[in-house]
Amino acid sequence: MRLDPRGEAGTFRHGIHPPEHKGSTAARAIERMPFVDEYVLPLSQHIGAPSAPIVEVGQEVRRGERIADPGGFVSVALHAPVTGHIDAIELRLHPNGRMMQSIVLHRDPWSAQTFEGLEPVPWSGDEPKAAIQEIQRAGIVGLGGAAFPSHVKLSVPEGKTVTEVVINGCECEPYLTCDHRLMTERPEAVVRGTQILMELLGGVRGWIGVELNKPDAIEALKAVAPDDIHVRGVQVKYPQGAEKMLVEALFGVEIPKGGLPLDRGILTNNVGTTAALADLFDRGVPLVERVVTVTGPGVERPRNLMVPLGTPLRALLEHCRLRAETVQVIAGGPMMGAPQKSIDTPVLKGTSGILCLDGPATVDLQEFPCIRCGRCVRACPMFLNPARLARLVRAGRAEGAGEIHLMNCFECASCSYVCPSGIPLVQWMRVGKTELRNLQRKGS
Amino acid sequence: MTERTELVLSTQPFLHEGGRTPRIMKEVTAAAVLVLIAATWRFGIAAPLVVGASVIGAVGAEWFFTRHKASSPLNDWSAALTGLLLGLTLPPSLPLWMAALGGVAGIGLGKLIWGGLGQNIFNPALVGRAFLQAAFPTAITTWSEPTIGTKIATVPQTLFAPPMMQADVDVITTATPLGLAKFEREITDLVDLLFGSTAGSLGETNGLLLIACGVFLVWRGLADWRLPVSTILATAVFAQILAFAMPEACPNGLFMVLSGGILFGAVFMVTDPVTTPTTPRGAWIFGIGVGFLVVLIRNFGGLPEGVMYAILLMNAATPHIERYTQPRPFGG
Repeated sequence: MRLDPRGEAGTFRHGIHPPEHKGSTAARAIERMPFVDEYVLPLSQHIGAPSAPIVEVGQEVRRGERIADPGGFVSVALHAPVTGHIDAIELRLHPNGRMMQSIVLHRDPWSAQTFEGLEPVPWSGDEPKAAIQEIQRAGIVGLGGAAFPSHVKLSVPEGKTVTEVVINGCECEPYLTCDHRLMTERPEAVVRGTQILMELLGGVRGWIGVELNKPDAIEALKAVAPDDIHVRGVQVKYPQGAEKMLVEALFGVEIPKGGLPLDRGILTNNVGTTAALADLFDRGVPLVERVVTVTGPGVERPRNLMVPLGTPLRALLEHCRLRAETVQVIAGGPMMGAPQKSIDTPVLKGTSGILCLDGPATVDLQEFPCIRCGRCVRACPMFLNPARLARLVRAGRAEGAGEIHLMNCFECASCSYVCPSGIPLVQWMRVGKTELRNLQRKGS
Repeated sequence: MTERTELVLSTQPFLHEGGRTPRIMKEVTAAAVLVLIAATWRFGIAAPLVVGASVIGAVGAEWFFTRHKASSPLNDWSAALTGLLLGLTLPPSLPLWMAALGGVAGIGLGKLIWGGLGQNIFNPALVGRAFLQAAFPTAITTWSEPTIGTKIATVPQTLFAPPMMQADVDVITTATPLGLAKFEREITDLVDLLFGSTAGSLGETNGLLLIACGVFLVWRGLADWRLPVSTILATAVFAQILAFAMPEACPNGLFMVLSGGILFGAVFMVTDPVTTPTTPRGAWIFGIGVGFLVVLIRNFGGLPEGVMYAILLMNAATPHIERYTQPRPFGG
């Protein structure tokens, strides 16, 4: 059953309009981050099992060479971002705040750092399984932030059919412009990747959804998109880039509670991930680098940088001239990003931006009692009652919160953003979800 | 580059819209102060004195009962607002000690006993007024004539009546438009109702100003428009239906909306987020319920006015209304 498209400028219901803060980098072309001496590659940069190293300490590796195999089906390979040698395989600080087993790579200062021996990967739409395995071996995961292995998404289970491929170019997080620049500068790679996906899935329509605050990106994509790929502007609203919200904006349908877009025959993919597929199949380049927006009032020279994976944040921040006033460094955007306790953590596959704030905007908020103003209820894109959920979780009644659909929350933080009483609502959602998962594990 | 060992760790999001609870309270307070200024013009210096007494009672009670707490709830401004709103529902000649006692009752019985801001079922200002209505039924229905710009500095002697003593001073008393309608079958001119030259509680007599305050609250995002609109519409519709059915006994809808406390209640009481439903459908049900009860009490009850009881009754129903009007979850 084909879905009816809604036309231009669709959106979802509820949501918020935070200030965009994209001006300082939106018009800046992607620059290449200079190489540094040391790269740190945590074995766990994606959702699922960690990668399994296949190199030994001291071993010479070439840029783009595989250094770790997938550690299971829901796992991907890892590749050397530069030519050099393996310094260590040891525990290093992960951006999530924990110590994680990581491959430490020392760059060969005399290498020209070109991709050697990489050939386009042969593939055919008649044998999608083989191509999907190549995607796993190339280490490709969702580059929008969640880092879900792309081959798992593409392995459509028996009985489900995909009719629409939706490429997500919304980039609704304030401050971030990496996807914007990619769409504007490399629209043909995004379109090519979309075509590859369409051919692998067979008989599907292609859609690229972009927020209307990026008219240059929409224009660039439209200029190169063939007739069967529809470029659609969607309204500027947070969290428009959440896949369920984008599907609602494009087709006006709600993904069933607890379900995936796949349940309605839709497969979504981020624009960066899509371009990475084109690089893999047309040039043979695995996922070894990505675009990162380094921005915020805490840096003097905000930039969009093409960064080899594993580059320490310290190097990026030096390059962009970190200001002494910076008090918070966030991996990702201001709504869903993760604060860093050290800038010695590396850029991962899912790192879309480094945001440097010169004054903690939210941590100093004094908390007042909930006055039931209902702003969180009107903001929640999942139509939950965050204040009520938070009250239940706080009272130790996570099960009661589960009954009023706590697990539907995807932690977009719109509720905390609007709360005039400064209640950390999204934090309570996360606490409650963890408790519910623990309860379910005990029960089963 | 300097070594940074003390990066601040906090939780998402790292942006905030900027609206804060004390600011919400202050903005509503500002609107109520405008009403107080208008009341001073009409009723003289008695208006700020009565309102001031109830604010002192409310803030004093909040301070006294929470003085052991590390962070004082006084800085959320809600007690001051409760005192201000209570004061504006009182008659201009009410002895000051009664106004202060009303403030204490409103905060103590209306709010703190439930657990403080956000926990109470009933509107605290109206709890204070209900307390006074029960304790001093005569004093709270003694309406002095508005002086409209004349004798602003004249202080009615009733204000300083000592506690528990019968005041032995005379005031020129008169009936409110609702009293006139109920007991004398006399309908007050609508222009007088709009511009506030009638007798009544301090804050309730200036229709135009109250409507402007309502527009301000909605425009500033401080109130859900559905609550005042549904309250006013429901009052007008139910009253008009009865006026058609029993023209000699029931005043028309427009008069019912512009007289008494319905506009003040719709703008300042029904919009209290704590004690009214947060769901859109719940807001409609709440307002319609208030309108229905007001018309019922005014036309068939023993009292000429019923806004206070109507709102308090609907406050009691709010948790149930909310339970049955929860939005459908996305995809559910």
